[in-house]
Amino acid sequence: MISRSLKQLSQALAAKEISSVELSSLFLDRIARLNPEINAFITVDREKTLAMAAAADQRLAAGTGGALTGIPIAQKDIFCAEGWTTTCGSKMLANFVAPYDATVIAKMHGEAGLVSLGKTNMDEFAMGSSNESSHFGPVKNPWDRARVPGGSSGGSAAAIAARLAPAATGTDTGGSIRQPAALCNLTGLKPTYGVVSRYGMIAYASSLDQGGPMAGSAEDCALLLNAMAGFDVRDSTSLDRPAEDYTRDLEQPLAGLRIGLPREFFAAGCDAGVMAAVQEAIREYERLGATIVDVSLPNSHLSVPAYYVIAPAEASSNLSRFDGVRYGYRAPDYGSLDDMYAKTRAQGFGGEVKRRILIGTYVLSHGYYDAYYLQAQRIRRLIADDFTAAFASCDVILGPTSPSTAFRLGEKSTDPVQMYLSDIYTVAVNLAGLPGMSIPCGFADGLPVGLQLIGNYFAEARLLNVAHRYQQVTDWHLRRPAGIA
Amino acid sequence: MNQWEVVIGIETHAQLSSVSKIFSGASTAFGAAPNTQACAVDLALPGVLPVLNRKAVECAIRFGLAIGAQVAPKSVFARKNYFYPDLPKGYQISQFELPVVQGGAITVAVGSGDKAYEKTVNLTRAHLEEDAGKSLHEDFHGKSGIDLNRAGTPLLEIVTEPDMRSSDEAVAYARALHALVRWIGICDGNMQEGSFRCDANVSVRRPGAPYGTRREIKNLNSFRFLKEAIDFEVQWQINEIEEGRAIQQATVLFDPDSGETRMMRSKEDAHDYRYFPDPDLLPLLIPADWIDRVRGELPELPNQKRQRFIAQFGLSAYDATTLTASQEIAAYFEAVVGIAGAANAKPCANWVMVDLAARLNKEGREIGESPVSAAQLGGLIQRIADNTISNNIAKKVFEALWNGEGASADEVIEKQGLRQITDSGAIAALVDEVIAANPGNVAEYRAGKEKAFNALVGQVMKAAKGKANPQQVNALLKEKLAG
Repeated sequence: MISRSLKQLSQALAAKEISSVELSSLFLDRIARLNPEINAFITVDREKTLAMAAAADQRLAAGTGGALTGIPIAQKDIFCAEGWTTTCGSKMLANFVAPYDATVIAKMHGEAGLVSLGKTNMDEFAMGSSNESSHFGPVKNPWDRARVPGGSSGGSAAAIAARLAPAATGTDTGGSIRQPAALCNLTGLKPTYGVVSRYGMIAYASSLDQGGPMAGSAEDCALLLNAMAGFDVRDSTSLDRPAEDYTRDLEQPLAGLRIGLPREFFAAGCDAGVMAAVQEAIREYERLGATIVDVSLPNSHLSVPAYYVIAPAEASSNLSRFDGVRYGYRAPDYGSLDDMYAKTRAQGFGGEVKRRILIGTYVLSHGYYDAYYLQAQRIRRLIADDFTAAFASCDVILGPTSPSTAFRLGEKSTDPVQMYLSDIYTVAVNLAGLPGMSIPCGFADGLPVGLQLIGNYFAEARLLNVAHRYQQVTDWHLRRPAGIA
Repeated sequence: MNQWEVVIGIETHAQLSSVSKIFSGASTAFGAAPNTQACAVDLALPGVLPVLNRKAVECAIRFGLAIGAQVAPKSVFARKNYFYPDLPKGYQISQFELPVVQGGAITVAVGSGDKAYEKTVNLTRAHLEEDAGKSLHEDFHGKSGIDLNRAGTPLLEIVTEPDMRSSDEAVAYARALHALVRWIGICDGNMQEGSFRCDANVSVRRPGAPYGTRREIKNLNSFRFLKEAIDFEVQWQINEIEEGRAIQQATVLFDPDSGETRMMRSKEDAHDYRYFPDPDLLPLLIPADWIDRVRGELPELPNQKRQRFIAQFGLSAYDATTLTASQEIAAYFEAVVGIAGAANAKPCANWVMVDLAARLNKEGREIGESPVSAAQLGGLIQRIADNTISNNIAKKVFEALWNGEGASADEVIEKQGLRQITDSGAIAALVDEVIAANPGNVAEYRAGKEKAFNALVGQVMKAAKGKANPQQVNALLKEKLAG
């Protein structure tokens, strides 16, 4: 049962093969057994979960449930959920119990009837690519527990990979859904900016942050995105478009599909094992009827530098509210007001968060703003234009998600630049606001390799279709780590 | 003082009269218990986002149109970053590079009588922003309390060019602006509650020289304080310079008790606010049809009305300015003229500005609460114009109307027998009686003492119980004394 897809679980619940309470208990029991080692969850609340499951069972019995009613999933601890401790991976919010639901949570708990198993570990304030910056300790990759699961949605990824949950929410500011999906052999989708409401999702870099689904397959991601997406009046950057059924095009044949390969993603800098798996996936797509097109993203080498100006700039301002005045951590001993601020923030934030606040404060400072922030915004425009030009000759863009497979815990944590370069293929997508996916496409030295698919704006259904057809003819996404059913 | 020129620019924070906050749905009502009108957005809980209140934007458009400014088709909200306990997000959402209102001007009347003149104050910009909360330093035993009810209240910050040259001009501008924002219904103008507060940037220079270094006096919440603060500051700056000390750019506070300004922070302590466009809010786009709709809903503006009063009724600029101090006064005056006729506009103006204003003032009432309606006053002025009563009797009738002794001037005149005596025969008989009864005064007058004539007039009026037509009394008395 714990290996089943969302669709299969939905069928099992509908057929009364199992109740939501029973299903949720199965996963809660696994969490109780395996989480102490994996550390995928920060908060688990059995009572709350089972109460939700019982309510879902009533809806199922009354026939008022939807496609996902009664299915338990994990929530990244960046989403505020009423009554749940919501830490964002930080000491700063270690004691913060959210008094309201994020729009995404409200939709999933309400209309969709999904059940939450708990809140998953993450890099502190979503800043990181390895889940090592969490105040609650690193997450172990179920494929090799000496390795990282990726980040920042590392807890969500490890939870699904270890089958502590059948699916999870993630957020992606520079690759935080796609890179951990790649490192943990999962399917993850970062939607077009504005498709999923950011209300109640604790902000890291507002113009880049986007929530999305992580699961075992493209089909499951489509089902979960149906429950997450939609216009929200409380998010001014949310896009007012008609609701979509993201499963609608899953089965479309791929004949005639034009796949663009950006030559910059196939140059030096990517591990050979990763590249070999990606090349094999390209051949698979050719067998499925796709044609391969050579495209160029000439400014992609500027995406990491531009990202590491814009994201910290926004973060430095977004994180100002964590001041010890109204909620969250406050230093126990302080003198003046300034001393209270300084000690609270020095003690409440971890090293990576402080590094980014400092960078962001610097690039927004008088005299540096034009040279850094404005220049980065110009680069951002050029990067978006590159994609627009590329999509003139192709339907989706394909390449590796991450230049390497899962690295060892501690391997990059002392070298921020090496860590930042793990996002080299993913950040451009956020800068442009485009949808992007990562799907399993093979293994290198026993570790999963992710294939990145990038679509044009609002091409989520098309991307899911391209991923789903591949998953119909491959079984990489069905492989499980040793010892996991 | 002549050798120094004063240069003043004013920044005004006008609280916009929307029922909810600029970026949240919480109420803006004044006076609620602390922190009862602060929602999740106002408290800056993790994850919350701002949503712009269109009513606040509409207020900005109204203001822009009222001052002949450009209403920007695209403006941008920016974050002004600084830490303070009553600023929950650690930044204030404001507008920086692209404000919603750009340019415009307000023409104001300065001084009165012979010294009256008009002054045009140019505006740099007006932008939308949110207010901060309040820090409460009393009653917390050495700690501070924070009340976030005011956090997120919509403000329009209105910034002038450094166009004013005296505290009188500054006060005239502030009063005109205060009247304007209430006139167009975007601000209640309540200065005690902080709905309208001014910062004055003050510097002095030798005429023709470049601008001197300015100091900014913060948070002046009355016109009197504005004047006193500027006057003190100007004198202080002149003294400093004359004693050889250069003015340092600074922000100062005015202490109404001592009448002095004192330093709050120097330029060195100034914040670097690290403004950048707020990524949570899209650029504010105002299409032309929205502006057109707001224009169609605007009332006749004070300056338009003022010009019309001058042209249509032949009023002086001073009278026209006074009568357009508020919509209520202007409407009352127009209603009075509507009854009494345009030919009597000047007496109508005098009655409203002098007699009625004094009576209202005495009882501390607003014109909207006047016991004498515009129709009653118009009817009264008609009776003066057609010589039914004299001006003196009219004051009696007015008092009677004020006290509710009649529904109209006519009723009071009839009931109290106040109709003026205009029958020459009747007046001549009274004049004859008075001449006969006052030989002393008559002799003095004939000896050249003008005063004696006034005494005789007084006697005739007394005999007529005040009702004789004064012009006729004068003419007949002169005639008979000469004869």
